[in-house]
Amino acid sequence: MATTTKATPGDLKLVALTRHFDDFVAVDGIDLVVPGGSFFALLGPSGCGKTTTLRMVAGLEEPTSGQIMLGEQDITGTRAYQRNVNTVFQSYALFPHLSVLDNVGFGLRQRKVADWRTRANEALELVKLADRAKQRPRQLSGGMQQRVALARAIVNQPDVLLLDEPLGALDLKLRREMQIELKRIQQEVGITFIHVTHDQEEAMTMADTVAVMRTGRIEQLGAPSELYDRPATAYVANFLGQSNLLPLELRGAATAGLVTASARGVQVVVDAGQLPADAGAGLQLGIRPEKLRLLGPGSDGVANRLNGWVTDASFTGVATTYLVKMAWGQELTVTQSNDGSARAGLGDEVTVGWDPHQAFVLPAGAD
Amino acid sequence: MAALTQAAVGAEAPAARPRRRGGLVPFLLLAPALLWLVVFFVVPTISLASQSLQTGDIDNGYTLTWHFATYADAMSRYWPQFLRSIIYAASATLGTLLLGYPLAWFIAHRAGRWKNLLLVLVVAPFFTNFLIRTLAWQIILTDNGPVTGFFRATGLTNVLQAIGLTDNNSLLGSQFAVTCGLIYNFLPFMVLPLYTILERLDTRLLDAAGDLYADGWNTFWKVIWPLSLPGVVSGTLLTFIPAAGDYINSKLLGNTQTVMIGQVIDAQFLRVLDYPIAAALSFILMAAIIILVAGYVRAAGTEELV
Amino acid sequence: MAWLRRNLVVIIGLLVMAYIMVPNLVVTIFSFNKPNGRYNYEWNQFSLDAWLNPCSSAGMCEALGLSLWVAVAASLAATVMGTMAAFALGRYRFKGRSATNLLVFFPMATPEVVMGSSLLTLFIAMGIPSGQLTILIAHILFTVSFVITTVKARVASLDPALEQAAADLYANPTQAFWKVTFPLVAPGIAAGALLAFALSFDDYIVTNFNAGASTVTFPMYVWGAAQRGTPVQINVVGTVMFFGALAIVGIGQLIGARLRVGSRRKEAL
Repeated sequence: MATTTKATPGDLKLVALTRHFDDFVAVDGIDLVVPGGSFFALLGPSGCGKTTTLRMVAGLEEPTSGQIMLGEQDITGTRAYQRNVNTVFQSYALFPHLSVLDNVGFGLRQRKVADWRTRANEALELVKLADRAKQRPRQLSGGMQQRVALARAIVNQPDVLLLDEPLGALDLKLRREMQIELKRIQQEVGITFIHVTHDQEEAMTMADTVAVMRTGRIEQLGAPSELYDRPATAYVANFLGQSNLLPLELRGAATAGLVTASARGVQVVVDAGQLPADAGAGLQLGIRPEKLRLLGPGSDGVANRLNGWVTDASFTGVATTYLVKMAWGQELTVTQSNDGSARAGLGDEVTVGWDPHQAFVLPAGAD
Repeated sequence: MAALTQAAVGAEAPAARPRRRGGLVPFLLLAPALLWLVVFFVVPTISLASQSLQTGDIDNGYTLTWHFATYADAMSRYWPQFLRSIIYAASATLGTLLLGYPLAWFIAHRAGRWKNLLLVLVVAPFFTNFLIRTLAWQIILTDNGPVTGFFRATGLTNVLQAIGLTDNNSLLGSQFAVTCGLIYNFLPFMVLPLYTILERLDTRLLDAAGDLYADGWNTFWKVIWPLSLPGVVSGTLLTFIPAAGDYINSKLLGNTQTVMIGQVIDAQFLRVLDYPIAAALSFILMAAIIILVAGYVRAAGTEELV
Repeated sequence: MAWLRRNLVVIIGLLVMAYIMVPNLVVTIFSFNKPNGRYNYEWNQFSLDAWLNPCSSAGMCEALGLSLWVAVAASLAATVMGTMAAFALGRYRFKGRSATNLLVFFPMATPEVVMGSSLLTLFIAMGIPSGQLTILIAHILFTVSFVITTVKARVASLDPALEQAAADLYANPTQAFWKVTFPLVAPGIAAGALLAFALSFDDYIVTNFNAGASTVTFPMYVWGAAQRGTPVQINVVGTVMFFGALAIVGIGQLIGARLRVGSRRKEAL
C-alpha cells in the first residue's frame, strides 16, 4: 500500500466556523489548523458540536458562517461529493445491496478509476479482509464491517479522512485492537485523520493532537500528554482523567522557580512556570491521583503535605486507590502503585504529599 | 411479501423520523397522488353527502333541498340490513381472529423451514379471483356434496338449525355459509399482521414464562396476548371494515334473509336508481364504520394503523 | 395427551391452512370437470375440454384481456404516483404531512361499496360516461394508498447515512439516488406494484359501480356467470392465476432471500 502514500497533503484550516440550528448554536466560531498527515482528535461529550464540525468538513452540513480551507483551496461552498474528503460513519453506512468489494470500489468507480478492482483489493488487504471481498456487509461481524468502512474511505486517498465515533459500536477488547490498528494504518498511508470521539482514552491513545470541545468551542488543544499534565481549565482536567482540585492563594514571590502559596490554610509551593497569565478570579491547584503519594516515615524532605484519614481503599491489582478525607471535609483521591511503597488501612491517619512540578495550576471560576 | 404485510399492518413505526426540509420538492412529489385523492376521493365523498340531501328523480334531475328526511327514511326501511351487516362483520372478525391467531403462531414459531412456503400459501389466494374462490364454496357446501353429507350424518345440521344459523337441512343459502365465506375471504388480512407481530416475539421469554407458571393459559393472557395487541388491532380493522361493506358472500352464499347493506346500496344505485337514498345509506355506513373504528382504536389504546 | 397439548397449535394451524387451501383445490379439480348442465357445481366426468379451449366461453377472454389491461395500466400509474408520494412522506418534513397521511389512510378504510357509489355520483354529476376510463380512475384511486403505505415503510426504514456515504464517495445526488437509494427501495416498489395489480385485477364491487353496461371486466364476467351458469373455463383461469401467483411470489422470495435485501425479519433478529 506504500504506493498510495503521497506527498504531504495540505493543512486543513477552519476559520471562524459556525453552525446554528434555529436558536441553538452547535458550533461557535471555531478556528483550527490541522497539520497535513497528522492524527487529530476532536474530543468532547455529546452535544459539544464535534460531530457537527466533522460533518461540515465532510460537506454533509452547511456552515452558517466561516470558512473551510484545504491547503490553499477554499472548499466551504463545495458539496460533499466534490470534496476529496472521506468519512467513516458511526453506523459504518455500508451499502447492504453491494458486496464488500463493490462497497470499497464505490468511490473509485464514481471517479472512473480504471484499475478500481486492483486498488479495492489492495485496500482490503490493508485491513486484512481480502478473503471477504465477495461477501455482503451483513455477513460480517461488527469489527469487520468497521474495517470495510475504513477501507472504503482510505482507498480514495482523500486529503483528509474523517472518523465519526468509529469504534463506538465495538466491544472493549475489539476496540483496543482497532485503536492500535487505526494508528498503524494512519502511519502507513500518511493521510490526515480527524477522529471524533467522546472517549478520552481513545483520543489519547491514537491522536498526535487532541482538541477538547465544549459547547461549540475548542476549550484546549495540544498533545495528549500536554493536555493531561497541563490542563488549562478544570473542565479539561476533569474530562481527561481525574483530578483533585484545591483553592489556591499566592503568598510569596518566586524563588528558584517556586512560589509559596496557601491551600485551605496549608502552606504549599507551586511551580512558578505554571501560573496562568490571568489570575484575576483566583487560582486552583490540581493534582492527579497518581501524582499524590502516601508518605511513610523518612519523607520529611517533601515540601507539600496534607493530613487526613483514609475513608476508602480499593485494590485494583497494579495499584490501590484511597479516598483520604481532609479536615475541611474534601476527599482526595490517591492512587498508589503497588510497588512496595507505603500502604494504609481504612481509618488510618495518613499524610499525602506531591512534587510541586507534578501539579498544575488553573484559573478559578471557570469550572 | 414483507411489504404486503407492512401494507396490512399499516404504516409501521419508521426507523428514522423524516428530518429533511426540502422546500417545494415534497409538494411536487406529492402533487399527482394528492390531486388524485382529492379529486376522486374527497370530492366524491362531498358529492355523495350532497346527493343524499337532494330531491328529484333521474329524469328531471336533482336539486339540493337539505332533505334530511331521506336519512330517517333510509334507516327505518333498512335498519335490519344495517344491523345484520355489523353482526356478520363482527362475527367474521371474531372468527378470523380465532382461526388466524393459532395459524399465525404456528407459522411464526412452529413451522421451521416450511415457514416461507406457508406464508406464500396464505398470501396466494390474494392473487386469485375473490369471486371464483367464493363460488368454490358453493361447490363445497352444495346439498349433495361430502361436507353437507358429513354434517347431516353427524347431526350437526340439526345443531346449526337449532341455534338459527341455518334454516333447513342444507348448509348453502344460510347465515352459516355467509359467515364461513366472510371468514375465509378475510383470513389473510388477519393472519399477516398477527404473524408480523408474533414473529418478533422472543420465544425464550415464553419458555421462561412457561417455566414459572404451571398454567399455559396464564402465559398466553399475561405475556403473549398483550404483546400481540397491535397486530390484533390491525387485523381486526382490516377484516371488519371490508367485511361490513361486502355483499359478494351474502349474495353468493346466502338467501333473502341474509341480505347485507352493501347489497341494498348496490341495488338502489344500479337498479332502483333512487340516488338520494342510496347515497344516504352509503354515508350512514361510512359514518357507522368510522365511529365504531375510532371508538375501538381508542379503547385499544393504539393508533398504529394511522 | 401431553403430546396433543404441545402440538395443539400445530394441528389447529394445519386445519386452518386446509380451510384456506380447499377452495383453490376445488377450483383446480373442477377445471377438469365436464358438468352436466350449465352449472359447474357437481362432479360429472373428467375432461380436458376447458383447458384445450379456454376461450370458447363467449366473452370471457375479452373480459380477461380488459382486466389485464386495466390492472397493468392502473398498477403502473398507481406505482409511479404512489412511489413519488411515498418519498415525500417518508423523508421530508413539511406542513400538512399528518393530514396527508390521514388522507392516504382513508381510502383503505372506506368500504368498497361506499367508494364505488361515491365515485359514481361524481361521474354522474360531471357527466362522465361510465367505461374503461372511469374504471381506470377508480382502480388507480383504491390502489394508490396501498402503494404509498408499502413504499413509505421501506423509505422510512432506510438509513439516511447511506445516502450521505454515497455523497461522501463522490456520487452526486442523482447518482446517489440511482446507485444506492433506488436499489434499496426497489423491493418495496415491486411489492407495491404487485399488490396494486392484484387488487385491481380482483376488484368487483368498485368496478361494478363504474363500468357501465357494455364494459365487462373478468370479475364482472364471473359474477354474471354465477347468475346464468358457470363455464368450466372460469376454473381454468382461476387455476392458472393461483399457480402463477405461487410461482411469482415464490420466485420473488427466492430472489429476496438471495439478495438478502428487504428482509426486515432478519434485521429484527
